[in-house]
Amino acid sequence: MDFPIFHLDFAGNRLLIAGIAVLHVAINHALAVGAMPLVTMMELHDLRHGRPDWDRLAYRTLAVCFIITTSVGALTGVGIWFATSLVNPAAIGSLIRVFFGAWFAEWIVFCLEVVAITTYFLTWKRMGHRHKRAHIALGIGLSLLSWLTMAVIVAILSFMMEPGSWTSQRSFISGVFNPLYLPQLAFRTPVAMLAAGLFALGLAFFLTRSERGLRAEAVRLLSLWVVAWTPLALAGGWWYRARVPAWMLANMPVALATQAYQGWYRDIAVALAAMGAVVLAVAAWGAFVPRRLPRAALLVPFCLVLVMLGSFERVREFIRKPFVIGSYLYANGIRADAVPLLQEEGVLAHAAYVSSRTITPANREEAGRELFLICCTRCHTTSGVNSVLAKLTNLYGAGPWDRDVVKGYLRTMHTVRPYMPPFPGTEEEAGAVADYLLALRRMPAELDGAQTAGVRVPPDGAPAPGSR
Amino acid sequence: MSPLPAPHDIPLPLPVSPLFLEVAIVFLFLIHILFVALMVGGSLLTVAFEIRGRRRPDCDTLAREIAATVTVNKSLAVVLGVGPLLVMNVFYTVFFYSANALTGAAWLAIIPLVTAAFLLTYLHKYTWERLADAKSLHIAIGALASVLFLIVPFVFLTNINLMLFPDRWTSVHGFLTALVLPNVLPRYLHFVTASVALTGLFLMAYFGRASYPVEGVFREFDRRALRRRFASIALGATGLQLLLGPLLFFTLPAVGVSWALAFNILAGISLALVAIVLLIHEVTAPAACLGVRYLAIATALTGTVIFMAYGRHLYRERALEPHRAAMAARTAEFGEAALAAQMRAKAGIHRTKGEVPLPPGEQVFKSICSACHARDTRLVGPPLTEVDRIYKGNPAALIAWVKAPGKKRPDYPQMPAIKLTEVQYQAVADYVLSPGH
Ligand code: HEC
Ligand code: HEC
Repeated sequence: MDFPIFHLDFAGNRLLIAGIAVLHVAINHALAVGAMPLVTMMELHDLRHGRPDWDRLAYRTLAVCFIITTSVGALTGVGIWFATSLVNPAAIGSLIRVFFGAWFAEWIVFCLEVVAITTYFLTWKRMGHRHKRAHIALGIGLSLLSWLTMAVIVAILSFMMEPGSWTSQRSFISGVFNPLYLPQLAFRTPVAMLAAGLFALGLAFFLTRSERGLRAEAVRLLSLWVVAWTPLALAGGWWYRARVPAWMLANMPVALATQAYQGWYRDIAVALAAMGAVVLAVAAWGAFVPRRLPRAALLVPFCLVLVMLGSFERVREFIRKPFVIGSYLYANGIRADAVPLLQEEGVLAHAAYVSSRTITPANREEAGRELFLICCTRCHTTSGVNSVLAKLTNLYGAGPWDRDVVKGYLRTMHTVRPYMPPFPGTEEEAGAVADYLLALRRMPAELDGAQTAGVRVPPDGAPAPGSR
Repeated sequence: MSPLPAPHDIPLPLPVSPLFLEVAIVFLFLIHILFVALMVGGSLLTVAFEIRGRRRPDCDTLAREIAATVTVNKSLAVVLGVGPLLVMNVFYTVFFYSANALTGAAWLAIIPLVTAAFLLTYLHKYTWERLADAKSLHIAIGALASVLFLIVPFVFLTNINLMLFPDRWTSVHGFLTALVLPNVLPRYLHFVTASVALTGLFLMAYFGRASYPVEGVFREFDRRALRRRFASIALGATGLQLLLGPLLFFTLPAVGVSWALAFNILAGISLALVAIVLLIHEVTAPAACLGVRYLAIATALTGTVIFMAYGRHLYRERALEPHRAAMAARTAEFGEAALAAQMRAKAGIHRTKGEVPLPPGEQVFKSICSACHARDTRLVGPPLTEVDRIYKGNPAALIAWVKAPGKKRPDYPQMPAIKLTEVQYQAVADYVLSPGH
């Protein structure tokens, strides 16, 4: 309402964030949080048993992690931020005000982490064998820093789902220690370790091409690592699920499968569990008969873990709907406490970027378009992903739609579909949106966001300051 | 003149004092931009020296040594950018995000562009030997990375510039229209030239320091020659700023110009002149070692940069000041009105004309259930005649179903749970089961 609206009318804005976020989480969890302790452990293995070949494997694994985390990893982290501030500026703007301290601390830790990984990597050879202990200590410090960056960011993520007592207390501490924090951390930590183990396993096959003996040993050790973390991941997942509020769990089927496939919810849950079992089976195989494990068998569990991680993020994003910040801010960037006023006086009366404050017979469809852009496009496109036209066709069929029925639906959509926020405007405005949707159906046209179409301001916009 | 946008601010208090944020924004940004400059300038110089290196092997070695600094500096540039970005986000929330959205595609493109630039930089660095026989290809990789590094500041500068002028927002339709606003290009040239100057200054110290093993690395170059070479690069670039600086100043829209700004700029220029004189000495008669003179040059240019950065902040504050004040007033007014409306909603008073609030029974049914249920025909859900048969005399069970519907009929979709107040549940159940139906 207060920001120009960036909109991607084909892929949808959620997909943009989801794509960047999943990539980032995968890299962060597997190649940083989990990989650093693993690499340090491999280095330690060399120190204890005098195995330079292990040292070489550790170094090469680190090199891959270093290059990917300091490029794709770091940039997707910034990318999540860029994308959310484009898609939902009100949300990220509010979050930053609550979590400034946490983010600032996160940033310091992040700086230290980058310095640490750069030093750890660049001094590996230079410090040689004489300073091995000091170098390993650096690795341990780096592992702690990586974990710490994750620990801080998880506070913010879980806050977005369930602010707990923050909505009444509005303090930083009450925000950080929200009810979902510890369970989520307890879940993500072992999952990161697990993912790193699987990644290193896959990588070990490429890095030990000429060393069959080392390969078998590496496969065994890494498989054991995976097997060891799996029960902890399951326990963490269980605890987390137990803490997710009931109303969010009710969103779970749609979250995992989208509405059309709600019925598959159970099947998908089963499929995810099966994936877990496959991962465990491969790891156990590797642990007990490492020489027999074929290379392809390793790619499968890693991909599966990525799928699981992706579904987890998707569910986490979805089940907090209709809110982006639980009970405070709706997904369309409108604050819950502003809705009564907007429903009385209208969104058009208060929005910064609309062409007119009133609806006239001449501008009905245009006003409807602007309202749709404000109220619905954070989750819907016109005819792309989660297309509003397709949704309405599901409801009201391929024949003609009744404008008043569509309008009636808008007035009640939040009670019928609790993952949608209430329509924030007046009855007249709901009518205008219905007019727009019907017109759109007659003549489908792409809905451009502010990044291409620019913005318009009503004639009574703010007077020029200093009366210039 | 067209009216201005009238957005509201985010109605949460600033997390720390504005003074802290202002100091943080100036200093954190300076540190960030320093490393960005070393990354951009380093990347450009790497390519330049590698091209020369086709004739002179020592130049190739020099390029390689510079490339090693770029991969470290670029990592620092990114992570050190997050802090100032965070502060920008809190302190200029509405202005910054609005500019971002208006140039959305280009803004977002920063991510893949920088990622690609970084990966190319690594590729360039780690294939130096392997591609020794395909030098053109190797140079092309480095040059491509440099081009990407040169594009990215354009996007940033366009955003930072656009956010200062809300009166221009309605005239912007995408990145390119924002790019041509006056002042963006001079700012950009000023920045790129400064990057080269700072990199020259940095490399003077990097290769000139006593602990750098010059003899072990180069065949012909000695420490003094290297120092002189980079001193002349720093000198040339700083001298060029004497042209670009005024160009920048005179294209600056008047809204934010003030005497304080003029003072800062003059102070910055004076220090730059001192540095230029010292650099001329260094080039014509290099000192025996990296000593007092280098320190003086570095201090003078640091001073210049601080004055310029602070001036830039003053300009920004002054340009935004009136918009900020108006926005704060609007936000407070909106907050009060919203609170009053909440009270009215709680008390059940509805001000809106023509609209009836959801009263019990019939209204709930007509506005919600009737989207899927009709009296005796099948819509999305079963007809009420069927419902009536199942729940006659048992409204409690009907309410239980509406709160948490199961999946019953195989040929129907699932009914969603419907959230109502207890009173409304009771009322709609009575209505559905009333004899009229
Ligand atoms: C919080 C995000 C969100 C917002 C905001 C939102 N919707 Fe939805 N809407 C959804 C989701 C999610 C679905 C279900 C998608 C699926 O089928 O998987 C949905 C479904 C729908 C449906 C089909 C519902 C049904 O009963 O099958 C319609 C129609 C619809 N939305 C219209 C709108 C309109 C119009 C607006 C703006 C006034 C809007 N939505 C705002 C998320 C949202
Ligand atoms: C989005 C469409 C939709 C809406 C809105 C809706 N229903 Fe339903 N309803 C259904 C469907 C579909 C079924 C059949 C479900 C099944 O059998 O699995 C159903 C079934 C029922 C049943 C039969 C349950 C049984 O035990 O067989 C009752 C009672 C009912 N709805 C009441 C209501 C009431 C009351 C409302 C309004 C508060 C309502 N419904 C709103 C779609 C809807």
